[in-house]
Amino acid sequence: MQNHQQINHLKNIVQDILDEAVKQGASAAEAGLSQENGLSVSVRLGDVETIEHHCDQGLGVTVYFGQRKGSASTTDLSVASIKETVGAACSIARYTSEDQYAGLPDKELLATEFPDLDLNHPWDIGVDGAIALAIECEDAARSYHEEISNSEGASIDTHQGIRVMGNTLGFLQGFASSRHSLSCSVLAQRGDSMQRDYWYTVARNARDLESAADVGKKAAERTLRRLQARSLSTRQCPVLYCAEVASGLLGSFIGAISGGNLYRKSSFLLDALNTQVFPEFVRIHERPYLKGALGSSSYDSEGVATQTRDIVSDGILRGYVLSTYSARKLGLRSTGNAGGVHNLTIDPGKLDYQGMLKELGTGLLVTELMGQGVNMVTGDYSRGAAGFWVENGEIQYPVEEITIAGNLKDMLRNIIAVGNDVDYRGNIRTGSILVERMSIAGE
Amino acid sequence: MEILNLARQAILMPAGIQDSDIEKIMSRLLSSPVDAADIYFQSSHFESWVMEGGIIKEGTHNIEQGAGVRAVFGEKTGFAYSDRIELPVLLEAANNVKAIVRQGQEVDRSHCKVSMHAGDWPKHYALHNPLKSLADQQKIDLLHRVENETRKLDSRIEEVIVSLVGVHEHILVARQDGSLVADVRPLVRMNVTVIVEQDGQREQGSMGGGGRCDYNYFIDRDTALGYGREAVRQALVNLEAVEAPAGNMTVVLGSGWPGILLHEAIGHGLEGDFNRKGTSAFSGRVGERVASDLCTVVDDGTLQGRRGSLTIDDEGTPTEKTVLIENGILKGYMQDQLNARLMGVSPTGNGRRESYAHLPMPRMTNTYMLPGRHDPEEIIKSVKKGLYAKNFGGGQVDITSGKFVFSASEAYLIEDGKITRPVKGATLIGNGPEVLTKVSMVGSDLELDSGVGTCGKDGQSVPVGVGQPTLKIDGLTVGGTSV
Repeated sequence: MQNHQQINHLKNIVQDILDEAVKQGASAAEAGLSQENGLSVSVRLGDVETIEHHCDQGLGVTVYFGQRKGSASTTDLSVASIKETVGAACSIARYTSEDQYAGLPDKELLATEFPDLDLNHPWDIGVDGAIALAIECEDAARSYHEEISNSEGASIDTHQGIRVMGNTLGFLQGFASSRHSLSCSVLAQRGDSMQRDYWYTVARNARDLESAADVGKKAAERTLRRLQARSLSTRQCPVLYCAEVASGLLGSFIGAISGGNLYRKSSFLLDALNTQVFPEFVRIHERPYLKGALGSSSYDSEGVATQTRDIVSDGILRGYVLSTYSARKLGLRSTGNAGGVHNLTIDPGKLDYQGMLKELGTGLLVTELMGQGVNMVTGDYSRGAAGFWVENGEIQYPVEEITIAGNLKDMLRNIIAVGNDVDYRGNIRTGSILVERMSIAGE
Repeated sequence: MEILNLARQAILMPAGIQDSDIEKIMSRLLSSPVDAADIYFQSSHFESWVMEGGIIKEGTHNIEQGAGVRAVFGEKTGFAYSDRIELPVLLEAANNVKAIVRQGQEVDRSHCKVSMHAGDWPKHYALHNPLKSLADQQKIDLLHRVENETRKLDSRIEEVIVSLVGVHEHILVARQDGSLVADVRPLVRMNVTVIVEQDGQREQGSMGGGGRCDYNYFIDRDTALGYGREAVRQALVNLEAVEAPAGNMTVVLGSGWPGILLHEAIGHGLEGDFNRKGTSAFSGRVGERVASDLCTVVDDGTLQGRRGSLTIDDEGTPTEKTVLIENGILKGYMQDQLNARLMGVSPTGNGRRESYAHLPMPRMTNTYMLPGRHDPEEIIKSVKKGLYAKNFGGGQVDITSGKFVFSASEAYLIEDGKITRPVKGATLIGNGPEVLTKVSMVGSDLELDSGVGTCGKDGQSVPVGVGQPTLKIDGLTVGGTSV
């Protein structure tokens, strides 16, 4: 009820902003407003390190004078500041050029149904409760093994907030959501080798978080297994991306089929629509209406309805990822992806993690990637990596200080298998992904 | 005093905050036996303009303002912030954060008295508002001119994207002794990206720069048009690039922005917080050799008008030129106040925060290596087979294992002492505590980067600078595809 009132209050402010924009001469306008509260508590070596109280708010407004556009934002929501911010956006629109593709979304694409997606579960843990839970988590990591030598600590973050957006086509919607996480990072030492790793859990409902003890234990296990890592000699071999890093591979794919890169012709997947991009068994789809998921939303950041849809089926690219502007530049319609994709999911295969290692046979299991190293224009890919050398499906030893390289076009086309060891912690949901062959550079 | 008055006018006066209000908030913070406390006020104005496809496509104006209240007790920190600079809000924030001190009784330190700090330290940039240094129409004209001139450079150019960004920021720090210090910080940046096409193959080139100055920087000395020429040159070189080699080899790094090597390989590992906690590969190694004796590396926040420079850091400590490595020996760490106090050393003016909504921590300013005695050509000549890496994108480091990466965006093979074919971009990976021990030649051509660096740590971004002379490293792993 309180949320409901607050959403209505913010809707009124957004409507006032839109009215102000029209009053200042704008032919169309769009505004978004967010308010968020949160608590972050971190502990280290069994004692409190930081307690942070978060309280954020922000307003963004975009105005159109015909085909000219201006935008402005502020953290100050006073009446005077709102007026000034709208004024700043209008003043900018005097200098931007006529752009025939600029403007609000097509009215018929705006969302009209707003199911409850079960996104708001505030966590009333309190400072003391959060400290206790974080200490329990860190203790579980530190007491796991004698080689756990130091800690970067454990932390709890809990946030809840409200987002409201509206435009002069009559769209005015808001919703409340929450997000909670627990993370832990520890160090291990054996001889001269010092390593650090971490684990985290995140959910909209605290009930869905992994237990503090499990998070601590996994952080410790992940750290210990890296000890005494070595480099590899330079070679070519198959590479298994574990689920946590496989999402980055799909992220690069999404970048290449995103409108902004397509209309700028800075994508390695230009004109790839309806062509074979992945092997035939691959299906990748968007699931915006999943209850309680991290990437769920019934509309995108422009108010356009999101779609449950296949982006790839039978390995063939079926659709792009478009906002209103990029769609118009390409002569297409928005796909409801202003602001990104929603619970992007690659269908899991039959193999679990152990099965995927067997499928890899002899090659590299990558568990960490470093640096950017992706050229979106050409698909050239070269990144720092750490992980494990695997022989006959069995992990042999940890490796580090190597790079893996290839071209994304080939890498996507040459995926051999997708595991069912899905990582649900992000907006991209994938199991581990096995790529047939990449170049490894090392000592 | 002028700076302090400007900051008060920009932040406190519009909010109606008086000195007596600051005294109240600070007294509230100090009513628990905290070791340190501060209130950080900030007001930032940011604008950006983007030209693309031959038109001025985007313009934005952002205002960010607020205050962060912090109390420190031992290794513990309590922190709260608000974008509402109002007395009741900040008093409540003070109540929340002083709860970090759980034991001990209330103490009477209600005598906090605000005093103006003269701020008679040297200033490393001018007070102008960069956003007003050109009229809006002049900014538009500048973008058009850069776009037009760049497009004319080559018929293979498909797209030119030019962006212009400016920030005018006032900060004011109230410290536990009641002293108020302030800074007014300009920051500008321009970037030109071009996409070229030849026989169906596309490539990209990008160049930009700026600093703590105003927009006239881009007009004077032809700077902006120079970015366009450089972006085109890089894109065209990349059209000719062949597969990069894979494996361990001798690498010659160019001068300037390749200094991101220092930032990643050793800079982060020498930040005070990691070393106090013993989590860095450099922990406890002051006095030890961590580089060849050709290497002297400093972090210097005092350079005039550079992107990474600060007159005072975000805790009010004047910045310094801090020697990190001298002739190969590790000399010291970069410190903020908390870590300096806990390690029993002096702060070095490296306490930085992204904004009032973030806690300060030790961060770099401008990190660079001093010049050596070799002619850069002589360095290339000395390499039988290797890689010459001239330009880089970003980098990353794991401070515990010491492993770092940085990605070359323009590189060439060196064969028999000559630069030959350009190769595709590739990531280079190495071990921080080891890489500088393999530096066998240092050029005389120290150059600082053009002013494009942004460093991320714990989710906080701050502008930084890097620099170095041409360097020869006897063995670094190059992540190409040509095995």
